[in-house]
Amino acid sequence: MSPSALELAAAVRSGERSAREVVEDSLQAVSERDDDIHAFVEILADQALARADEIDSAVTAGVDPGPLAGVPVALKDNLCTRGVPTTCSSRILQGWHPPYDATVVERLVGAGAIVVGKTNMDEFAMGSSTENSCSGPSRNPHDYGRVPGGSSGGSAAAVAAGFVPLAFGSDTGGSIRQPAAFCGVVGMKPTYGLVSRYGLVAFASSLDQVGPFATTVTDAAAAFEVIAGHDERDSTSLEAPAPDVSAAVEAGVAGKRIGVVRELVDAVEPEVAARVREAAEAMAGAGAVVEEVSIPQFRYGLAAYYLLAPAEASSNLARFDGVRYGSRVDAPDAEGMNVATRTAGFGPEVKRRIMLGTYALSAGYYDAYYARAQRVRTLVAEGFARAYRRFDAMLGATTPTTAFALGERAGDPLSMYLSDTCTVPASLAGHPAISVPFGTDRSGLPVGVQAMAPALGEAMLFALAGALERAAPALGDAP
Amino acid sequence: MNEAATLAGWEVVIGLEVHCELATTTKLFCGCLNAFGDEPNTNICPVCLGLPGSLPVLNRYAVELAMRIGTALRAEIEPSVFHRKNYFYPDMPKDFQISQYDAPINRGGRLELPDGTVVGIERAHLEEDTGKTTHVGGTGRIGGADYALVDYNRAGVPLVEIVSAPDISSAGQARAYVSELRAILVATGTSDGRMEEGSMRVDANVSVRRSGRALGTRCEIKNLNSLRSLGRAIEFEAARQIGLLEAGGTVVQETRHWDEDRSETLAMRSKEEADDYRYFPEPDLVPLAPEGRWQAEVAASLGALPAERRGDLLRLIGGEPTPAQVDQVRSVVASDLDALVVASSERGAPAPLALVRVANEVAAEPERARGLDADALARLLVLESSGELSASQSKEVLAELLANGGDPAEIARRLGFEPMDKGALAEVVARVIAERPEDWARFIAGEDKVKGPLIGAVRRATDNQADPAAVGRHLEELRASRA
Amino acid sequence: MTPRVPQPSQLAAIGPDQVLHVARLARLELSEDELSRFTGQLASVLDYAAQLSELEVDELEPMSHPLPLRNVLRADEITPSLRREEVLAEAPAAESGRFRVPRIISEEG
Repeated sequence: MSPSALELAAAVRSGERSAREVVEDSLQAVSERDDDIHAFVEILADQALARADEIDSAVTAGVDPGPLAGVPVALKDNLCTRGVPTTCSSRILQGWHPPYDATVVERLVGAGAIVVGKTNMDEFAMGSSTENSCSGPSRNPHDYGRVPGGSSGGSAAAVAAGFVPLAFGSDTGGSIRQPAAFCGVVGMKPTYGLVSRYGLVAFASSLDQVGPFATTVTDAAAAFEVIAGHDERDSTSLEAPAPDVSAAVEAGVAGKRIGVVRELVDAVEPEVAARVREAAEAMAGAGAVVEEVSIPQFRYGLAAYYLLAPAEASSNLARFDGVRYGSRVDAPDAEGMNVATRTAGFGPEVKRRIMLGTYALSAGYYDAYYARAQRVRTLVAEGFARAYRRFDAMLGATTPTTAFALGERAGDPLSMYLSDTCTVPASLAGHPAISVPFGTDRSGLPVGVQAMAPALGEAMLFALAGALERAAPALGDAP
Repeated sequence: MNEAATLAGWEVVIGLEVHCELATTTKLFCGCLNAFGDEPNTNICPVCLGLPGSLPVLNRYAVELAMRIGTALRAEIEPSVFHRKNYFYPDMPKDFQISQYDAPINRGGRLELPDGTVVGIERAHLEEDTGKTTHVGGTGRIGGADYALVDYNRAGVPLVEIVSAPDISSAGQARAYVSELRAILVATGTSDGRMEEGSMRVDANVSVRRSGRALGTRCEIKNLNSLRSLGRAIEFEAARQIGLLEAGGTVVQETRHWDEDRSETLAMRSKEEADDYRYFPEPDLVPLAPEGRWQAEVAASLGALPAERRGDLLRLIGGEPTPAQVDQVRSVVASDLDALVVASSERGAPAPLALVRVANEVAAEPERARGLDADALARLLVLESSGELSASQSKEVLAELLANGGDPAEIARRLGFEPMDKGALAEVVARVIAERPEDWARFIAGEDKVKGPLIGAVRRATDNQADPAAVGRHLEELRASRA
Repeated sequence: MTPRVPQPSQLAAIGPDQVLHVARLARLELSEDELSRFTGQLASVLDYAAQLSELEVDELEPMSHPLPLRNVLRADEITPSLRREEVLAEAPAAESGRFRVPRIISEEG
């Protein structure tokens, strides 16, 4: 078992281990296995080692480099990194070097973390398998014939493979939680507005949130605390202080009321449903009041999501026009250049969603599709609100199935979209949610259990996640 | 102007959309400088360049200026929402414009023209400006250029778009509306109103109808960069539409472009999808709802509007104003220089003289006018009105005062404008009379047309130092004493 | 009179013409093959979305944002701009301090 992020940070801060050594171990692991897994699209070895030496000098000089001192981290390639290629796994952004760092990146670096590389993803975060990448798919460290999930599949795989103890991704409809479940790691989506989106290349602005992947709930809590908090560069950033969650991980769930969402159990594969029921029983055993709850509005979440997210995306991705940055395919006139650039630069899934979203917003269809989906979003939020009158937190499956085979759903977009069905409701409501590994299916593939809490309920969320982690059966040997 | 004859039996219906750039320090959604004329692409950042990952944050002062405009136009300030207007154009960094759509910050309102006409205001909303495209090579026409270059300094500059009701009925009235609006923007400190720098841009919706009949089909004319083009374009367009209809044709609703060189409006190429802007609420911004206290603060800070200030100034001048004075008052208020007239008259300068000098010499140097000391101006105008300086000497001193400041008497001395004392003047006059006995006799006999040549002779004899008015007064006194 | 809002199920199924129109709006070019594939795929997603027409939601407020924030404003203060060289180095084409694009076939007549 690789050491956790906090164990590494403690060792570096105390001078017991050097950050350089920690980073070298990480780079060594990557070089041994990433040819097979393809978690990374960019390895920043020189930069990481130089930064490690700075951390080590700070420690020698008696300066504390911060809570994540010397911890190697991986960033999804839609987080802007100054001077370092940021491609969103799209041809259209090949060669782009952002002139600025995302707020999340600034905060991680400020906390002593060391960025060792950028991870593979579904192009512009559109997908659930990391197969929609211009540099080819990532593979699940537990079974190379299977997908790691997506769209933050590279980050999930990097943690699952032991390359890094912490990685960061973005979650729009499940893009952190779903790959975390498939890869057997912890993946958390914060309350919308708690983590700055400044420097996160937008997919669907009203849904996107950045969050951590970790091997332990405690590491995820520490990482969340580093990246959360108000940012005046993001108008949708909450002014509320970020909840203190590290202490909550050990708090337990005794006396807490936990609802098991029927819609997130009944609609999933039996083996996944069985793990969720075991998790619920375990929580009852830990002193929680566990009851089943139905939130029928969840049934409509996915349909609303697949109108809203593409609509916002169609507008967010208009700027990739070959004028200011990224790739260009020339043509005799400007409009022809836009068309040639976008046609060559975007992959099929991105084109599909741009067209779907353009259609949902276009004259004559706005009220029937976009405005109606926004009202259904209200309906889902009301469903949650009603349930949270009775419960402190909610439990369900993270995904309907365990990791599926590479290529299995690539030809059928709708079947791919259905794998987001359990994660989309919390996204629409803007609530925090986390996927915690809880056993496996019969072929040994990890199963994730999803915990959800109301907006700003991160302390409750991490308390439940901690209890689930303690109750979870061992995953077996590290992948 | 035979406008009326051309339009006999027809009415012209005009609505104007005026875009004005707000006088903020920074852009609408980022902290880049809002400046005109800087080196291209020097005031740009991830936000106004629309770089991936960047996010807009609304400038509080821009909101305040938009509220000032709304208050001055008697509009309702309402809770508002920003929308995205989606269309591709190289000068638009995000390929959508952040604008206000069905929930503008200012709704309704009115603007009264100096002639008493009231033009309704439908809305005045906030939006961001685009960058600037330069077309290079080829025929010089946009479509015939070889390529284009884009500067994003202007991208993201705050604009307020003021949409009038179709209450305007002639080119002259359209010009009066834009002049009055411009005066209001300047007076409220919301915009510099410089049409020549593009701080104010006008689109005109023009239609015609047989008197009393239903509204006709309208055309929108773009690219009206001066009051002159606005007037000419409307006249051309109204005549074109009337010509079409009188010949049995129909007017097609379209967007037209004013071609200054050809002096005509030309249809722009229409695209079937061009109007499908796919507006939706901008998810990166939150709703805007200025609280009552903020609105009240803005209203209280507004000060007097141009109409009121013109009235005040006319009262200060006193008496029945001449048409020239009415024009001077209008232009002085429009250039926000009325306070200077008031201040210098409070310090002893005759108000009509202060008005003339400010309307002409001072207003001609708008940049330097701001630095002009009212007290120094007053002292100068006292010297001029007492005859110690001639009008032309006073103007020279004023030019120096505008350029470098200083004490007017001191400047006059430096320029050699020593005022002549009465004794010295009397000696010169006596000498001139002796040299020109015939002229003098005719003058005494009451022939006033020789007064000018006599004054001229005295001035020449003093190297133009003598003030013509003082010489004239002296000649009159001499004549009166002989009678 | 309130305009009647068409329900998704009442909307004509999306066909190749609409897909082409949407592709034009989005500045994308589709091959014959892509056109027929995308038309089928978009139709199946929109068909799935048609289940929303079962719901009585007209009384609900549209939710464009998960948070009840308003009036998020910044002071009118200058923050540093980017260096022009750094920005133009990323541009596919630049000239005289500006971004260069092929000629714009304008809407001008």
